[in-house]
Amino acid sequence: MRNNGPIALAFNALVIGFMLAPLLVVCVVAFTPHNTLTIPTTEFSLRWFRAVFAHSDFMSSFWNSLRLALCSATLATVLAVPAAIAITRHRFPGRDFLNALFLSPLIIPHLVLGVAMLRMFALVGGTGSFGWLVLAHTVIVTPYTLRLVLAALVGFDRSAEQAALSLGAGQATVFRRITLPMILPGVTGGWMLGFINSFDEVTMSIFVTAPSTVTLPVRMYMYATESIDPLMAAVSALMIAVTAAAMLLLDRVYGLDRVLVGRT
Amino acid sequence: MSVDLAAPPMPSPMPAPAPARHAVPWLLTAPAFLLFATLLLAPLLLTAVLSFNVYDTATGVKAGQYTLLHYAHVFSDDYYLAIFWRTFWISMLVTLICVAVGAPEAYVLSRMRNPWRAVLLLVVLAPLLVSVVVRAFGWSMLLGPEGLVNGLLRAIGIGPVKMLYTEIAVVVALVHVMMPFMVIAVWTSLQKLDAGVENAALSLGASPFATLRRVVLPQVMPGVLSGSLIVFGLSASSFAIPGLLGGRRLKMVATVVYDEYLHELNWPLGATVALVLLAANLVVMLSLNRVVEGRYKKALG
Repeated sequence: MRNNGPIALAFNALVIGFMLAPLLVVCVVAFTPHNTLTIPTTEFSLRWFRAVFAHSDFMSSFWNSLRLALCSATLATVLAVPAAIAITRHRFPGRDFLNALFLSPLIIPHLVLGVAMLRMFALVGGTGSFGWLVLAHTVIVTPYTLRLVLAALVGFDRSAEQAALSLGAGQATVFRRITLPMILPGVTGGWMLGFINSFDEVTMSIFVTAPSTVTLPVRMYMYATESIDPLMAAVSALMIAVTAAAMLLLDRVYGLDRVLVGRT
Repeated sequence: MSVDLAAPPMPSPMPAPAPARHAVPWLLTAPAFLLFATLLLAPLLLTAVLSFNVYDTATGVKAGQYTLLHYAHVFSDDYYLAIFWRTFWISMLVTLICVAVGAPEAYVLSRMRNPWRAVLLLVVLAPLLVSVVVRAFGWSMLLGPEGLVNGLLRAIGIGPVKMLYTEIAVVVALVHVMMPFMVIAVWTSLQKLDAGVENAALSLGASPFATLRRVVLPQVMPGVLSGSLIVFGLSASSFAIPGLLGGRRLKMVATVVYDEYLHELNWPLGATVALVLLAANLVVMLSLNRVVEGRYKKALG
């Protein structure tokens, strides 16, 4: 394979700079000591971070988002594991339909999902209820979880399972002691990807959250349409930090490149 | 935001069991199906019904009374037509830029050596996992009247340019959000490419440019096209970017739907616009997908 020429490398540097610029500027401006969005040059201050932690709306939204992401990622995983087992190991009527249905939230715009869920919530009186919000988020993160669990189950060597069965282990024991440990990286990776996607989701959530259940991205969206100040930069920097931590963990558990480009 | 990561793994089914055992897979998928039936299929159906409901500004939605007025309104009113047109051309432009930048970037990255290759690939793709609101906010700081970009422009003598709350900001930020999808799609097809063929072309005397055009490009075209589909679809339905960087004037389809729902409170009309968007998205995706698959199955065997 040939090396990249200088033009290719310069092009690459520009693209990398473009991809990083908005994230870097947010992180730097968050440390400004001033009241305006300026890039700190001489002194750095943590005052805006302190302001975030003292801001009760942002904090309550943060806890909402965290609880929501924990619940919906967990529920999505609990639903996706048996569904993935059925889809990979059985041929049954409706299999292709179910597979397409469970992956469809990736293709349907979140805007449409938000509108549709809002209608449903209004009819069942679920507007503003945390439980319904969890179910709504579960729908949008299930495809991510399902995909990683499917990937773990495809190409799965079943000889260990068959050996256990022939030695007298029950179905439940085989699942708990052999199948689950073997697909565990896919399951935890899927859970984390679901967590990140729920935590970041804004377009659908903005339709279905009530003042008491507003998530952090929705709160930020609303705040940013009203005013732009360093407080927003500090919240954003914290969001980036949380995401980076989650990514690091995901990389350790499953491999970030496998999640992103599907290499196995 | 909705992200389509790598192509879904195609599950390979085991040999068909006896029909009596269908109960097991149905039981295993039942909980997920129940959720998707109540929170995906039913809501979409209800929204479709809602889009035909009569709406009265004084009393609201009239259940049981149906009309095609909302569709007629959306397809004849210049306001909505202008918004659909703007959404279309912005999405098209974003797609073209992503192809022009993302495809070569994926190619350059694929020719790097580790660890640079792995690290830079992650740098390009990782913004995908950062909330789109954060990225929109970052661009609003960069592109604002006192932002870094205008500072640079002023330094080289091009006076301050109004970018924030114009199409420029929306396109730039959308390109940033969509770029990882294009890179992933092209990268995936580059991985399937046999380096031997490229080297053979070179050793037989083809110029690097001819090799790129005649050997590499045809083989990554399916990746470029599937990346374009994803980018176009997500751009056309994007909400937070036009909402935060387009300002109050510059509406796209998603922000109009939001206005109809939460400001005008005309749910049937909002539902109509949303469903037209969904239908347009699905038609474009499914038909182009078919064309691409058919053509490349024939061409590549």
